Amino acid sequence: MIRLDGVTKVYETKQGPLTSVDHVSFEVPHGETCVLLGPSGCGKTTTLRMINRLVAPTSGKIFIDGHDTDRVDPVELRRTIGYVIQQIGLFPNMTVAENIAVVPRLLKWDTARIRRRAQDLLAMLALEPADFLDRYPGELSGGQAQRVGVARALAADPPVLLMDEPFGAVDPVNREVIQDEFLRMQRELRKTVLFVSHDIDEAVKMADRIAIFRAGRLEQYAPPDELLGRPANEFVKGFVGSDRTLKRLRRICVREVMSAAGARTRRDGATVHAGDDLRRVATLFLELDTDELACVDEGGAVVGVVTREAVAARLAGADMAATTPQ
Amino acid sequence: MTSRDGERRSFFPYVVLGVIGLVVLWVLVATGTWNDMLKFRKDIAYLTRQHVLLVAISGSAAIVAGVALGIGLSRPGMARYAEATIQIVNMATAIPTLGKLALMMIVLGIGAWPAIVGLWVATLLPIVRNTYAGIRAVPAHLVDAARGMGMAPRRILLDVEIPNALFVVFAGVRTAMAINVGTAPIAFLIGGGGLGELIFTGIDLQDQAMMLAGAIPTALLAIAVDFLFGQAQYWLVPRGVNPLRERGSV
Repeated sequence: MIRLDGVTKVYETKQGPLTSVDHVSFEVPHGETCVLLGPSGCGKTTTLRMINRLVAPTSGKIFIDGHDTDRVDPVELRRTIGYVIQQIGLFPNMTVAENIAVVPRLLKWDTARIRRRAQDLLAMLALEPADFLDRYPGELSGGQAQRVGVARALAADPPVLLMDEPFGAVDPVNREVIQDEFLRMQRELRKTVLFVSHDIDEAVKMADRIAIFRAGRLEQYAPPDELLGRPANEFVKGFVGSDRTLKRLRRICVREVMSAAGARTRRDGATVHAGDDLRRVATLFLELDTDELACVDEGGAVVGVVTREAVAARLAGADMAATTPQ
Repeated sequence: MTSRDGERRSFFPYVVLGVIGLVVLWVLVATGTWNDMLKFRKDIAYLTRQHVLLVAISGSAAIVAGVALGIGLSRPGMARYAEATIQIVNMATAIPTLGKLALMMIVLGIGAWPAIVGLWVATLLPIVRNTYAGIRAVPAHLVDAARGMGMAPRRILLDVEIPNALFVVFAGVRTAMAINVGTAPIAFLIGGGGLGELIFTGIDLQDQAMMLAGAIPTALLAIAVDFLFGQAQYWLVPRGVNPLRERGSV
């Protein structure tokens, strides 16, 4: 769990003091992904860098699992926090294995354990260990390098992961793939993740909670569904875009709006899976010009029905919307 | 294998030099100059030893001091003085080496030590410059990543900054040693001894064999030193940041 309490950063510049982060307070529960979102220069990266004390806060407190990060040596602190940056920052003089080994070596793990860990991590990130361990970063594609960057951050199994636009430099197609892989991995690992992004779609996809920043202030802190359904002010509304309802559909699962009664299969056999999100439902409603669809489970058995009324009710009732666990 | 391609490329100049050397040797033998040169056998042995000592002492001292100074200037705490110091280094580099030796003679008198100090200064400057520039050129995000992972400043210097700057540092050392070996014969003019004695005396006496008895070992020494540092650069700079060593697919 990460808790920020009135965190402020003021830079002294020649034009006078410049407040980069202004009394920001929020809490990320254990195992959740929080995306810090906002236009450039809004203080989201500075906020992230204050958590591992690459930037020292001017005032305010940051707690990780209840411990005041002020009271720990910053160098020691950083070894317990995974860190991924947009430029990836793999050390070109070291092989993939050596890059992954950096933090475990600082923590004095034995060589065999480090090697095993590197192999496991690469395998988890869909990189064949035998193929990649002894390569140099210059011999990797952008997507591969970014995966190794994530593996390196996870090497010592830190409970907290800080990611500064980690997939920003990857091309759009690969970005989707890496995002999906990361989500799948995160479902297993349940790290507490802080993730800086300027891309609302990425935020909606990745986040359990989104923190929207403007000019150093936290404008709204809410789960994606609530942020999109009930933007706190005009700035947030403008930032999430006029298609915010469409974006919401991604994060609502068919299971949430389906009713068990009255399930009929269509003659053309079109159904949705209970695990699909509402984007597929909306697409089929429009394509087939229908108001209801049968829902099936993994085995194909009909388990319920989703109707246009149910979807509309769900979208209207943002008040009742609980966080959708991924 | 890819590494063999790299090796072949780095050896190629020496093959060319070898061929040229054989042609020169053939000309010398054919004209009889070779036999005249052999009369200076004892001088060659004695002066070569002196010459090698001049190069080795001034060169190794310059590498140690130059790298240390370059690293020192690259530290964040030194940022205020670094650029000014590098400007001074640049100006000092512009002084011809003969001028530097003459200045040393005025300050320190004549003999081997003023020559060694003069050579040391001339060799030092490119090393300082390249070490400083090489470390400064290490991308900031690498240092940021290293810091964010919990590496202490000393670790970052040793494991990230120096390895990534090493190729440029070695380039500076190679240039500096070429200057050193090339200047060493002039040391004779301020009483430093070395193979310059045969060269300059040969010129004065218009004794071609004597001149060549000094010039040829000097040239061979220069080639040997460059070969040595070239190999060191090839093998000591990590493969991932060594343009001389071919990479696999990207």
